[in-house]
Amino acid sequence: MFSAAKAAQSQALEPKDSNKNNNSRHSRETDDTENDSSDGERPPRTLREVKTNKIGKKDKKRKQKEEKPEYDAELLKQAQKYHRGGQAIGTKKRDKKVRSKKHAAELEHQQRRNEDAAIAAARNEMLLTEDAGFLEAEGMERTYKFTQKQISENVDVSSSAKIFDLKLNEFGPYALQYSSNGRHLLIGGRRGHLATVDWRNGQLGCELHVRETVRDVSWLHNQSLFAVAQKKHAFIYDHTGAEVHCLKAHVEPTALGFLPFHFLLVSTGMTGKVVFQDITEGSVVGEHRPGFGPSHQLRVNPYNAVVHVGHGNGTVTLWSPKQGQPLARILCHKGPVQAMAIDRSGTYMATSGLDGRVKIWDIRKFEPLHEYKTQRPAQSLDISQRGLLAAGWGPHVSVWKDALATHMQKPYMTQLLPGVALDSVRFVPYDDVLGCGHSQGISSMVIPGAGEPNFDAYVANPYQTTKQRQESEVKSLLDKLAPETVSLDPNFIGRLDPRSRDQIIHDTLEDVRGEYQRGKQTGKYLDSNVRNKTKGRNSTAKRYQRKRQANVTDLKGLREMEHADREKRQQLNKPEAIPQTEKGALGMFYTDKRNQQN
Amino acid sequence: MKVKALSRSTTEFTRETKSDIQKLPRNIDPELHPLERAREYKRALNAAKVERMFAKPFLAGLSGHIDGIYSMAKNPWDLDNIITGSGDGELRMWSLTAQETIWRAPEAHRGIVKGVCNVPGNESDRFLSVGTDKTVKVWSRSESAVAADGTTPETVATYNGKHAFSGIDHHRHRPIFATSSSLVEVWDVERSEPVANLTWGADTINTVAMNQAEVNVLASCGTDRSIILYDLRTSSPLAKLVMALSTNAISWNPMEPFVFATANEDHNVYTFDMRRMDHATNVLRDHVSAVMDVDYSPTGQELVSGSYDRTVRLWNASSGHSRDIYHAKRMQRVFCVKYTLDNKYVVSGSDDSNLRLWRARASERVGIKSNRERATIEYAEKLKDRFKYVPEVRKVLRQRNVPTMIKKASQTKQVMLQSRKRKEENQRKHDKHDTKPRVPERRKAILGVTTK
Repeated sequence: MFSAAKAAQSQALEPKDSNKNNNSRHSRETDDTENDSSDGERPPRTLREVKTNKIGKKDKKRKQKEEKPEYDAELLKQAQKYHRGGQAIGTKKRDKKVRSKKHAAELEHQQRRNEDAAIAAARNEMLLTEDAGFLEAEGMERTYKFTQKQISENVDVSSSAKIFDLKLNEFGPYALQYSSNGRHLLIGGRRGHLATVDWRNGQLGCELHVRETVRDVSWLHNQSLFAVAQKKHAFIYDHTGAEVHCLKAHVEPTALGFLPFHFLLVSTGMTGKVVFQDITEGSVVGEHRPGFGPSHQLRVNPYNAVVHVGHGNGTVTLWSPKQGQPLARILCHKGPVQAMAIDRSGTYMATSGLDGRVKIWDIRKFEPLHEYKTQRPAQSLDISQRGLLAAGWGPHVSVWKDALATHMQKPYMTQLLPGVALDSVRFVPYDDVLGCGHSQGISSMVIPGAGEPNFDAYVANPYQTTKQRQESEVKSLLDKLAPETVSLDPNFIGRLDPRSRDQIIHDTLEDVRGEYQRGKQTGKYLDSNVRNKTKGRNSTAKRYQRKRQANVTDLKGLREMEHADREKRQQLNKPEAIPQTEKGALGMFYTDKRNQQN
Repeated sequence: MKVKALSRSTTEFTRETKSDIQKLPRNIDPELHPLERAREYKRALNAAKVERMFAKPFLAGLSGHIDGIYSMAKNPWDLDNIITGSGDGELRMWSLTAQETIWRAPEAHRGIVKGVCNVPGNESDRFLSVGTDKTVKVWSRSESAVAADGTTPETVATYNGKHAFSGIDHHRHRPIFATSSSLVEVWDVERSEPVANLTWGADTINTVAMNQAEVNVLASCGTDRSIILYDLRTSSPLAKLVMALSTNAISWNPMEPFVFATANEDHNVYTFDMRRMDHATNVLRDHVSAVMDVDYSPTGQELVSGSYDRTVRLWNASSGHSRDIYHAKRMQRVFCVKYTLDNKYVVSGSDDSNLRLWRARASERVGIKSNRERATIEYAEKLKDRFKYVPEVRKVLRQRNVPTMIKKASQTKQVMLQSRKRKEENQRKHDKHDTKPRVPERRKAILGVTTK
């Protein structure tokens, strides 16, 4: 079927191509006739004439123009998504700073290659086999009036089977998460019930009861391990439900997140700390204190792996594991932040507060775009792969479509789950399904158009075999990223540092100086900070020596660096001496303009 | 109501039988592949590390000679075949695949064998050797088999010269060869006397190299620091180039007939364009002692050089520093190196009487590769190329553990060069009349050029 569809598409494209060919052939013919006519006037007399007649400069240019294929606007628009060059495709802008012709040509060549690659990638789109789902209203109908029952009657059998309820009213409310390929569901009831399910086939993976509070659950890199935020600590369980690790670095965690490319488990909790822990080697790579008290909200930005933490005072802070200060601090709401969601392109963030608003933020500029109101504060938010925004408030679920870039008046779909209090809503990756965890168990509903229709088997494969899972685990471990790569701009690696060498030295020096000052203030260089050693090696004299040692090395290095830096700066500021030869005989009348400028 | 929800049938995305291949649909939408730069960087770093991990350049040391190896020839008609001549006058023919001697002549010459070369043609297995005993000897494996008692086989022919020879090279297709002694002599195979004597003022000629593409040109270099080009058609010199120090070996570029590389006493390899010799086209600087031999790869893109500092270096012909350095614990002064004609190996002969076989690319492995393997290798190459300027990757790719002697010497050399430069700059600063113009590195070692 795949090949048939492909053939049909290629056939559909053919007439266009042939048209193009015809056009070009036609124009070439006209060129020839022109040449013929000019030749017909008078035969060439000299060799030079023959040459110029053959390839005139103008003709050459025209030919070059002809050779460059022209793409239709639609394709160019599609290709923009795949373009890595930065500029829009087709803009011919030569950087004037590049003086060398050779380098300019190289750059131009590179740009052309990038553009060609983007266009080839855009053309590749026709090989995608699936189309996204949709829901359209006809006549007086409104899409937000459709109930799951109506949808169930109108979709195919396998889709209607995705609408179901799990009645688990003893241990709720439930937190839930789907694995990255959408195949496995992990649920955690507040009162200690944990289970993993292959939800499409209805196969139970493991089920256990931990007999203490479960606040959040999270899959790790694949469905063989998952983490649970329990009463005192976070725990890791394997696919059979056996406890693998107790992570004591996470104290009273409330929300968990996982950075799949960095293999970092991140949590926030009642202590208010944000803790990053490497799950491959167990080390805590970052432990930050936002200082806003207990926090309950944590989401990972899938675009750049920055961790967003929502606080009780209405701010959202952005964290990278290796930076002690937040990358950004956004005051989002007047009341506590209730829920957050970030779209996969890393452009939009949705937050909800106790003030009953759902705000959409542009997180490239940290600006609010617009807001939606829910009658009760939204308890949970999620953004699907295709940009649908779901909010769970009270017993209601509202879904907005195209609601991130533009403001929509009406929701796309709504659903009432009578008699329940929603705790978390999560879209299923690569499927048109929304899962809701609430006080009475789990409800699964179909939201057409939510999921990405075409999966990439090397990224997340819903039909993954055991062998493939093992293979991809090894591959992803080999490609494990260092925690330093988490930053607001994920493309900073390999980019040229535009600062001059001196400037870089100066900046690092500033950093060192600042660190030293801070250390001084916090008493790092005080006697009290010199560590105690074993008995016999801890006399006052020894301690004094150790203290001095620490200070001396630090200070000495710093002083040397400062000296070098000062010298450099002085040299830069020093007016350039004007050579005698330049002054000449009228040297005594010479006014030194260069010196004056300084 | 119009509605469609995603519903994939399992059969479409899974294989039917176990013998089928797995279905792996792709979607190259960038949003599905976040952090691609960081991940590619990590892969590049891994690829660089893997390359260094698998870098095992040394393949074999072939022993047999009793004295050092001072001359070597590769056979353009036989990839497997290498002929070497040693200091005690022994000639050996080696099979590189079997890694053993397949023919030898223990007392081929009295004194050092200074040069060997093959006679062209697929049918002929003859080759020539010259020594300090003033003779040119013609050998053939088939015509003069080794005697049972291990004594020297009979020569096919012998030519007697007037001086001790220092080098020999054969014409690409005509039965002519050139020898160097105190002059360059051109010999016809049929005659016992040289057909032409080519001189232009030199005392002793170090070596002679015939151009194998532009066949009428030959180059020689002498102890008077000169490189002289001759034309065979007129039997007269074309041009003479005098350098600051003398040249030890010359290699013609097989792809660009007007380009040649010279191994100089001043630790550098110079490449020249024969048409314009007032400056070198490139200066390759990394050795810390005199370069004894240089050879172009068959593609003309790469060079191998052997030096008196006991190392072999491999170069990109267009870049200024070596891309790799080969050394071995027991390897002594390297006197001859050759790039094999399949572009995959390098052979070096040194003072310690061993012939060494190296990989031309240290981490490359021979053998047929599967498509996936090839794709992975190509991807890794591209990644390394893309991130080669990032400090971590560059460090992994460029760092070599070299013998302490080499490291110390290169540090000393660096200091010397810098202080020389500083001194010159200081002189320039206090020089009113600009008597010390800055000379480009490519012209520095060239004292003069004359053409005839």
